[in-house]
Amino acid sequence: MKNRAAYFGVFTALALILSYVEILIPISFGVPGVKLGLANLIILIVLYKTDWREALLLSVVRIMLAGFIFGNMFSILYSLAGGVLSLAAMALLKRRESFSVVGVSIGGGVSHNIGQLLVAMIAVETYQVGYYLPVLLIAGVLTGFLIGIISGEVLKRIRQIDLAMK
Amino acid sequence: MKKNDWILAVVIVVIAAVILLFQFTRGNSGSGEVSVSVDGGVFGTYSLSEDQTVDINGTNRLVIENGTARMEWADCPDQICVEHRAVSRVGESIICLPNQVVVSVVSGEEAELDGVVR
Repeated sequence: MKNRAAYFGVFTALALILSYVEILIPISFGVPGVKLGLANLIILIVLYKTDWREALLLSVVRIMLAGFIFGNMFSILYSLAGGVLSLAAMALLKRRESFSVVGVSIGGGVSHNIGQLLVAMIAVETYQVGYYLPVLLIAGVLTGFLIGIISGEVLKRIRQIDLAMK
Repeated sequence: MKKNDWILAVVIVVIAAVILLFQFTRGNSGSGEVSVSVDGGVFGTYSLSEDQTVDINGTNRLVIENGTARMEWADCPDQICVEHRAVSRVGESIICLPNQVVVSVVSGEEAELDGVVR
Protein backbone atom coordinates (compact mmCIF):
# COMPACT_ATOMS: atom_id res chain seq x y z
CA MET A 1 0.00 0.00 0.00
CA LYS A 2 2.76 2.43 0.88
CA ASN A 3 4.28 2.03 -2.59
CA ARG A 4 1.06 2.70 -4.46
CA ALA A 5 1.74 6.36 -5.22
CA ALA A 6 5.29 5.59 -6.33
CA TYR A 7 4.23 2.79 -8.66
CA PHE A 8 1.39 4.87 -10.05
CA GLY A 9 3.80 7.72 -10.76
CA VAL A 10 6.16 5.42 -12.62
CA PHE A 11 3.35 3.96 -14.71
CA THR A 12 1.95 7.41 -15.49
CA ALA A 13 5.40 8.55 -16.62
CA LEU A 14 5.84 5.44 -18.78
CA ALA A 15 2.43 5.85 -20.41
CA LEU A 16 3.14 9.53 -21.09
CA ILE A 17 6.52 8.75 -22.62
CA LEU A 18 4.94 6.12 -24.88
CA SER A 19 2.30 8.68 -25.94
CA TYR A 20 5.18 10.97 -26.89
CA VAL A 21 7.11 8.22 -28.68
CA GLU A 22 4.00 7.48 -30.70
CA ILE A 23 3.92 11.08 -31.95
CA LEU A 24 7.62 10.81 -32.90
CA ILE A 25 7.12 7.72 -35.06
CA PRO A 26 4.81 8.70 -37.89
CA ILE A 27 3.35 5.26 -38.55
CA SER A 28 0.66 5.91 -41.09
CA PHE A 29 -1.91 3.27 -41.96
CA GLY A 30 -3.37 5.45 -44.67
CA VAL A 31 -6.47 6.13 -42.64
CA PRO A 32 -7.01 9.21 -40.47
CA GLY A 33 -6.90 8.58 -36.75
CA VAL A 34 -5.33 5.13 -36.80
CA LYS A 35 -2.54 4.87 -34.25
CA LEU A 36 -0.54 2.05 -32.76
CA GLY A 37 -1.73 2.76 -29.22
CA LEU A 38 1.62 2.24 -27.52
CA ALA A 39 0.34 3.68 -24.23
CA ASN A 40 -2.15 0.85 -24.07
CA LEU A 41 0.84 -1.39 -23.40
CA ILE A 42 1.18 0.15 -19.94
CA ILE A 43 -2.58 0.15 -19.35
CA LEU A 44 -2.69 -3.58 -20.19
CA ILE A 45 0.20 -4.40 -17.88
CA VAL A 46 -1.38 -2.46 -15.01
CA LEU A 47 -4.71 -4.17 -15.71
CA TYR A 48 -3.05 -7.56 -15.41
CA LYS A 49 -0.75 -6.75 -12.51
CA THR A 50 -3.28 -4.89 -10.35
CA ASP A 51 -6.96 -4.41 -11.17
CA TRP A 52 -9.29 -2.50 -13.47
CA ARG A 53 -9.69 0.45 -11.09
CA GLU A 54 -5.99 1.26 -11.20
CA ALA A 55 -5.96 0.79 -14.97
CA LEU A 56 -8.96 3.09 -15.44
CA LEU A 57 -7.42 5.78 -13.23
CA LEU A 58 -4.12 5.51 -15.10
CA SER A 59 -5.87 5.65 -18.46
CA VAL A 60 -7.82 8.81 -17.56
CA VAL A 61 -4.80 10.53 -15.99
CA ARG A 62 -2.66 9.66 -19.01
CA ILE A 63 -5.24 10.95 -21.50
CA MET A 64 -5.67 14.21 -19.58
CA LEU A 65 -1.92 14.84 -19.34
CA ALA A 66 -1.13 13.78 -22.90
CA GLY A 67 -4.09 15.84 -24.12
CA PHE A 68 -2.92 19.00 -22.38
CA ILE A 69 0.69 18.54 -23.49
CA PHE A 70 0.34 17.27 -27.06
CA GLY A 71 -3.29 17.82 -28.03
CA ASN A 72 -6.32 19.97 -27.34
CA MET A 73 -9.75 19.70 -25.70
CA PHE A 74 -11.06 18.04 -28.81
CA SER A 75 -8.49 15.27 -28.77
CA ILE A 76 -9.02 14.72 -25.03
CA LEU A 77 -12.72 14.12 -25.65
CA TYR A 78 -11.95 11.60 -28.39
CA SER A 79 -9.31 9.81 -26.38
CA LEU A 80 -11.53 9.65 -23.29
CA ALA A 81 -14.38 8.00 -25.17
CA GLY A 82 -11.99 5.51 -26.75
CA GLY A 83 -10.01 4.94 -23.56
CA VAL A 84 -12.96 4.34 -21.26
CA LEU A 85 -14.79 2.04 -23.70
CA SER A 86 -11.56 0.20 -24.41
CA LEU A 87 -10.85 -0.33 -20.72
CA ALA A 88 -14.40 -1.55 -20.08
CA ALA A 89 -14.06 -4.09 -22.90
CA MET A 90 -10.63 -5.24 -21.74
CA ALA A 91 -11.73 -5.63 -18.10
CA LEU A 92 -14.76 -7.70 -19.18
CA LEU A 93 -12.75 -9.88 -21.57
CA LYS A 94 -10.08 -10.45 -18.94
CA ARG A 95 -12.66 -11.45 -16.35
CA ARG A 96 -13.97 -14.17 -18.67
CA GLU A 97 -10.63 -15.97 -18.26
CA SER A 98 -10.98 -17.61 -21.67
CA PHE A 99 -8.92 -14.98 -23.47
CA SER A 100 -5.17 -14.40 -23.30
CA VAL A 101 -3.53 -10.96 -23.21
CA VAL A 102 -3.67 -10.85 -27.01
CA GLY A 103 -7.44 -11.38 -27.11
CA VAL A 104 -7.98 -8.79 -24.39
CA SER A 105 -5.77 -6.33 -26.29
CA ILE A 106 -7.62 -6.92 -29.57
CA GLY A 107 -10.93 -6.26 -27.82
CA GLY A 108 -9.45 -3.09 -26.36
CA GLY A 109 -8.08 -1.86 -29.69
CA VAL A 110 -11.33 -2.44 -31.53
CA SER A 111 -13.53 -0.87 -28.86
CA HIS A 112 -11.17 2.11 -28.62
CA ASN A 113 -11.76 2.81 -32.31
CA ILE A 114 -15.51 2.29 -31.93
CA GLY A 115 -15.58 4.77 -29.04
CA GLN A 116 -13.79 7.41 -31.09
CA LEU A 117 -16.07 6.81 -34.05
CA LEU A 118 -19.13 7.31 -31.82
CA VAL A 119 -17.80 10.68 -30.62
CA ALA A 120 -17.06 11.66 -34.22
CA MET A 121 -20.64 10.76 -35.18
CA ILE A 122 -22.02 12.95 -32.38
CA ALA A 123 -19.57 15.78 -33.17
CA VAL A 124 -20.44 16.10 -36.86
CA GLU A 125 -24.05 14.97 -36.36
CA THR A 126 -23.97 12.54 -39.24
CA TYR A 127 -23.88 8.78 -39.62
CA GLN A 128 -21.63 9.16 -42.68
CA VAL A 129 -18.64 8.88 -40.36
CA GLY A 130 -19.65 5.23 -40.02
CA TYR A 131 -18.08 4.74 -43.41
CA TYR A 132 -14.77 4.31 -41.62
CA LEU A 133 -16.10 1.52 -39.40
CA PRO A 134 -14.73 -1.52 -41.30
CA VAL A 135 -11.29 0.02 -41.71
CA LEU A 136 -11.18 1.01 -38.06
CA LEU A 137 -12.31 -2.48 -36.99
CA ILE A 138 -9.48 -4.15 -38.91
CA ALA A 139 -6.99 -1.53 -37.71
CA GLY A 140 -8.12 -2.21 -34.13
CA VAL A 141 -7.52 -5.94 -34.56
CA LEU A 142 -4.04 -5.37 -36.02
CA THR A 143 -2.84 -2.83 -33.47
CA GLY A 144 -4.48 -4.77 -30.63
CA PHE A 145 -2.71 -7.92 -31.78
CA LEU A 146 0.71 -6.21 -31.85
CA ILE A 147 0.28 -4.53 -28.47
CA GLY A 148 -1.09 -7.78 -27.04
CA ILE A 149 1.94 -9.79 -28.17
CA ILE A 150 4.33 -7.22 -26.67
CA SER A 151 2.33 -7.03 -23.41
CA GLY A 152 2.37 -10.80 -23.15
CA GLU A 153 6.15 -10.87 -23.49
CA VAL A 154 6.61 -8.10 -20.92
CA LEU A 155 4.20 -9.75 -18.48
CA LYS A 156 6.09 -13.03 -18.85
CA ARG A 157 9.31 -11.30 -17.84
CA ILE A 158 7.95 -9.35 -14.87
CA ARG A 159 5.95 -12.27 -13.49
CA GLN A 160 7.92 -12.37 -10.25
CA ILE A 161 7.42 -8.67 -9.56
CA ASP A 162 4.49 -8.13 -7.22
CA LEU A 163 2.70 -4.90 -8.00
CA ALA A 164 -0.47 -5.52 -5.99
CA MET A 165 -1.30 -2.05 -4.79
CA LYS A 166 -3.99 -3.10 -2.37
CA MET B 1 -2.57 -17.10 -27.61
CA LYS B 2 -5.69 -19.05 -26.89
CA LYS B 3 -8.29 -20.35 -29.33
CA ASN B 4 -10.77 -17.69 -28.24
CA ASP B 5 -8.33 -14.94 -29.21
CA TRP B 6 -8.33 -16.17 -32.79
CA ILE B 7 -12.11 -16.53 -32.82
CA LEU B 8 -12.50 -12.94 -31.58
CA ALA B 9 -10.06 -11.59 -34.17
CA VAL B 10 -11.58 -13.57 -37.04
CA VAL B 11 -15.16 -12.60 -36.12
CA ILE B 12 -14.27 -8.89 -36.08
CA VAL B 13 -12.38 -9.10 -39.38
CA VAL B 14 -15.28 -10.97 -41.00
CA ILE B 15 -17.75 -8.32 -39.80
CA ALA B 16 -15.48 -5.61 -41.24
CA ALA B 17 -15.14 -7.50 -44.53
CA VAL B 18 -18.91 -7.87 -44.86
CA ILE B 19 -19.45 -4.13 -44.29
CA LEU B 20 -16.67 -3.32 -46.78
CA LEU B 21 -18.16 -5.64 -49.37
CA PHE B 22 -21.56 -4.03 -48.88
CA GLN B 23 -20.04 -0.56 -49.34
CA PHE B 24 -18.23 -1.52 -52.54
CA THR B 25 -21.15 -3.30 -54.18
CA ARG B 26 -23.30 -0.20 -53.91
CA GLY B 27 -21.44 0.79 -57.02
CA ASN B 28 -20.18 3.86 -58.75
CA SER B 29 -22.44 6.77 -59.34
CA GLY B 30 -21.61 8.29 -62.68
CA SER B 31 -23.96 11.21 -62.33
CA GLY B 32 -24.01 11.49 -58.57
CA GLU B 33 -24.00 14.56 -56.42
CA VAL B 34 -21.99 15.62 -53.41
CA SER B 35 -23.84 16.92 -50.43
CA VAL B 36 -21.94 19.34 -48.21
CA SER B 37 -23.02 19.88 -44.64
CA VAL B 38 -21.55 22.14 -41.99
CA ASP B 39 -22.21 21.56 -38.28
CA GLY B 40 -25.03 19.14 -39.09
CA GLY B 41 -26.89 21.56 -41.37
CA VAL B 42 -27.01 21.27 -45.16
CA PHE B 43 -24.67 23.73 -46.87
CA GLY B 44 -25.33 22.77 -50.47
CA THR B 45 -25.49 20.02 -53.08
CA TYR B 46 -23.25 19.97 -56.14
CA SER B 47 -23.23 17.74 -59.22
CA LEU B 48 -20.19 15.52 -59.76
CA SER B 49 -20.51 15.65 -63.55
CA GLU B 50 -19.75 19.37 -63.59
CA ASP B 51 -16.19 20.55 -62.83
CA GLN B 52 -16.33 23.25 -60.19
CA THR B 53 -14.73 24.67 -57.07
CA VAL B 54 -16.82 25.16 -53.95
CA ASP B 55 -15.80 27.49 -51.15
CA ILE B 56 -17.23 26.27 -47.83
CA ASN B 57 -17.54 29.17 -45.40
CA GLY B 58 -13.95 30.19 -46.16
CA THR B 59 -12.67 27.30 -44.05
CA ASN B 60 -12.53 24.58 -46.71
CA ARG B 61 -12.28 24.45 -50.50
CA LEU B 62 -13.80 21.53 -52.37
CA VAL B 63 -12.81 20.76 -55.94
CA ILE B 64 -14.96 18.64 -58.22
CA GLU B 65 -13.33 17.35 -61.39
CA ASN B 66 -13.57 14.23 -63.59
CA GLY B 67 -16.55 12.98 -61.60
CA THR B 68 -14.72 12.96 -58.27
CA ALA B 69 -14.64 15.37 -55.38
CA ARG B 70 -11.65 16.18 -53.21
CA MET B 71 -10.83 18.70 -50.51
CA GLU B 72 -8.21 20.98 -51.96
CA TRP B 73 -7.62 23.22 -48.98
CA ALA B 74 -8.64 23.51 -45.33
CA ASP B 75 -7.57 25.92 -42.61
CA CYS B 76 -7.48 23.22 -39.92
CA PRO B 77 -4.14 22.07 -38.45
CA ASP B 78 -4.42 18.33 -39.10
CA GLN B 79 -5.19 18.48 -42.87
CA ILE B 80 -6.71 15.00 -42.75
CA CYS B 81 -9.50 15.93 -45.15
CA VAL B 82 -6.99 17.39 -47.63
CA GLU B 83 -4.99 14.17 -47.65
CA HIS B 84 -8.13 12.09 -48.05
CA ARG B 85 -8.44 10.47 -51.46
CA ALA B 86 -11.02 11.77 -53.91
CA VAL B 87 -14.56 10.41 -53.48
CA SER B 88 -17.04 9.39 -56.16
CA ARG B 89 -19.04 6.39 -54.92
CA VAL B 90 -22.40 6.77 -53.22
CA GLY B 91 -21.89 6.74 -49.47
CA GLU B 92 -18.26 7.84 -49.59
CA SER B 93 -17.40 10.94 -47.66
CA ILE B 94 -14.68 13.37 -46.71
CA ILE B 95 -14.92 14.68 -43.19
CA CYS B 96 -13.16 17.66 -41.68
CA LEU B 97 -13.75 17.33 -37.95
CA PRO B 98 -12.22 20.64 -36.76
CA ASN B 99 -14.53 22.61 -39.06
CA GLN B 100 -17.41 20.11 -38.73
CA VAL B 101 -17.60 19.86 -42.52
CA VAL B 102 -18.96 16.67 -44.07
CA VAL B 103 -18.79 16.10 -47.82
CA SER B 104 -20.66 12.97 -48.88
CA VAL B 105 -21.58 11.48 -52.24
CA VAL B 106 -25.30 10.99 -52.64
CA SER B 107 -27.22 9.40 -55.47
CA GLY B 108 -28.13 11.77 -58.28
CA GLU B 109 -31.58 10.36 -58.72
CA GLU B 110 -33.68 10.78 -55.63
CA ALA B 111 -34.74 7.19 -54.85
CA GLU B 112 -36.86 6.65 -57.92
CA LEU B 113 -39.53 4.02 -57.59
CA ASP B 114 -40.44 1.77 -60.50
CA GLY B 115 -43.93 1.44 -59.13
CA VAL B 116 -45.90 0.95 -56.00
CA VAL B 117 -48.17 -2.02 -55.44
CA ARG B 118 -51.01 -1.41 -53.08
